[in-house]
Amino acid sequence: MRLLPVISFFLAAGALFAQHTYTLADVENGGRLYRGTCSVCHGPDGDFIPGIDFGHGKFRRATDDESIEGIIMKGIEGTGMPSNNMTEQQAENIVAYLRSLPSAGKALTSGGNAARGKAIFEGKGGCQNCHRVRGVGSRMAPDLTDIGALRRVAELEQSILDPDAEILPDNRFVKVVTKDGTEITGRLLNIDTLTLQMMDSQEKLRFFQKANLREYSLVKKSPMPSFKGKLTTQELADVVSYLVSLKGI
Amino acid sequence: MTACALLLILAAGSLPAQVSFDRILNANKEPQNWLTYSGTVMSQRHSLLSQITPANVKNLELQWVFQSRSLEKYEATSIVADGILYTVQAPNDVVALDAATGRVYWTYSYTPGKDARPCCGRVNRGVAILGDTLFMGTIDAHLVAIDARTGKPIWNTEVAKDASGYALTHAPLVVKDKVIVGTAGGEFGIRGFIAAYDTKTGKEVWRFHNIPEPGEPGHETWAGDSWKTGGGSVWVTGSYDSDLNLTYWGIGNPGPDWNGDNRKGDNLYTDSVVALDADTGKLKWHFQFSPHDEFDYDSVQIPVLVDMEWQGRPRKVMLWANRNGYFYVLDRTNGQFLLGKPFVKVTWATGLDEAGRPMRAPAAATSSDGVLIYPGNQGGTNWYNSSYSPRTGLFYIPSWVEYNTVYFKTPAEYNEGRNFGGGVLRANVGQRRPTLTRLEENEGYGAVRAVDPKTGQMKWEFKMSDVTDAGVLTTASDVLFTGGREGYFFAMNARTGELLWKATVGGQVQSGPMTYSVDGRQYVAVAAGSSLFSFALRQ
Repeated sequence: MRLLPVISFFLAAGALFAQHTYTLADVENGGRLYRGTCSVCHGPDGDFIPGIDFGHGKFRRATDDESIEGIIMKGIEGTGMPSNNMTEQQAENIVAYLRSLPSAGKALTSGGNAARGKAIFEGKGGCQNCHRVRGVGSRMAPDLTDIGALRRVAELEQSILDPDAEILPDNRFVKVVTKDGTEITGRLLNIDTLTLQMMDSQEKLRFFQKANLREYSLVKKSPMPSFKGKLTTQELADVVSYLVSLKGI
Repeated sequence: MTACALLLILAAGSLPAQVSFDRILNANKEPQNWLTYSGTVMSQRHSLLSQITPANVKNLELQWVFQSRSLEKYEATSIVADGILYTVQAPNDVVALDAATGRVYWTYSYTPGKDARPCCGRVNRGVAILGDTLFMGTIDAHLVAIDARTGKPIWNTEVAKDASGYALTHAPLVVKDKVIVGTAGGEFGIRGFIAAYDTKTGKEVWRFHNIPEPGEPGHETWAGDSWKTGGGSVWVTGSYDSDLNLTYWGIGNPGPDWNGDNRKGDNLYTDSVVALDADTGKLKWHFQFSPHDEFDYDSVQIPVLVDMEWQGRPRKVMLWANRNGYFYVLDRTNGQFLLGKPFVKVTWATGLDEAGRPMRAPAAATSSDGVLIYPGNQGGTNWYNSSYSPRTGLFYIPSWVEYNTVYFKTPAEYNEGRNFGGGVLRANVGQRRPTLTRLEENEGYGAVRAVDPKTGQMKWEFKMSDVTDAGVLTTASDVLFTGGREGYFFAMNARTGELLWKATVGGQVQSGPMTYSVDGRQYVAVAAGSSLFSFALRQ
């Protein structure tokens, strides 16, 4: 297997600033933790709080990686920054992710119009056939109601242009064939030694005993079509702007 | 008060002790009880009870549930003595229950000190008993003796400094008049040890340092001062052979876990089994499974002692499925290596030499670029117990199959009481997974693998979708009980692996099932989630 190169981040000069080396694994883990814990307040690019912009290495109080870790774990009394029940390693991973932001994949688009994007999303894009936003649309694909708080622009662009590039385990599709030969494909919700649960294309929650199936298998490719060449650059920018505007209910 | 009444009270006060060491040594003579963590000091996790059979196991039904007031992992195996079940509500509350009904007699609440810092959960794996006294190790590295009738503490000994990263998480082992424990903390740069305490007073009787100091044999396997922070933890219970008067313990990983640059050498006695004289703690022999480990292959598995025919003659052997992916048979009188075979995919070594020493694969060295290794960091198996059935002659291993980790080496600097790992990991199976959406074998799966110890060959396998942290219990009626992360409690045919029965217990099984009987009725108990469930046949 291909091994991931190590990314080194050499922090700005200053006696207090330790030089740290983080791996891609740190960054990936940190990204997951960041999206789960931090991005609701700080935003996917880390610039929701005035005076703080993680994407540009701008911190209000922290001076070095250790102090950022300390703040992540202990919070800041008297502010909205709570303490978090995290291990040192988890906090360190988040720092690795924050340090990766300035050099992470750059967005292709900018200057989109969210209102136009919404129209494309609901109209010619046909996105609601699978995705749901604030209670409208299909439940088959990931609900995008808060996607703007979870994902960065570059990630949203990649998902639209190359949906197969990353399929999270939670978003997998599965195909089962029952003993009578009926094929059913749906979103995999759970699987264990004896059973399998999915949401079928009618959005019905289905339960299967594996013993009653002729076969079952993972759908390798994303059911989402690529929009490469189907949207103009401006349209892509508009859709992305719309998605970025979705911060939850 | 009349003289007669006083006499009666005095007579009651001199009742025979509840559980003598002789009873513990001969626990198989009273299979209605489960007197030690592993059932007997031989640690086979095999019960001679046979009321529940492959034919009637489908009639098992839930008798009672004990819901602990703790959200920590429930890793304790309960013990049962004469109808009373003793368990631990994590981290360190001992609870005495009626074994037939689950009603609570008493709870002893222990509040660990604020400096306690167990690496991997505020957990406890159970208590030991001798006479009328229970013994519990605590996550702040104390050993506490508790009155088994009242739940009142009798003595409390500080075993090591919690602020330095020491903790006690396993069930103690009683041998004669001593209670033996080892220290956890292998991720904090401790210098682990095993020590015996007087059961009456709590005074230390002997101590064996898992890492030799200058002047002691084995010290030369540590470069420079690395021995001072070399890890070598203990976090599951050892075993005891009364004929040899030897107590056997598995030792954990060297520190730092994933960066061996500053600890060149074999790093004895990490990732080893040590055989100690039970009276003095003197080392009789050792066998190191993974010299100079950089993959966190703690040899923290329970030494399973078996007397069996080996190549035509009776032999005292020890069976060991190691975290490093190999299954071993050793002669427990002297540590001689008899057999070693992988029981899961192994890439870190190309094989074992005649003495059982692994031949390290050339590419299997951690680096900052990362290296992909099978089995991964949690091992081919880990701390949860295996089982040996003398009836089937099979050894049953809870296994992680097709499980790997990419290890990235990072610098490690020792700071007292702080993590001393020296690496970052990425595994194909998560430590904790919120949803179960895995489908393919190459993503890793859990299994019970039944191995013939005479050949190391696998006889059957029961595959699970998710990995498993559940121990295995076998019985004299050839029923095998286990669980897994999916929230099932399974009963299988120990000869074939056929699934006979299951119960949905709703939480992960992260301990070993055990069995006992009360008034002639056999129960089988298992912890899942944060509760303890006890089943028996429908009446």
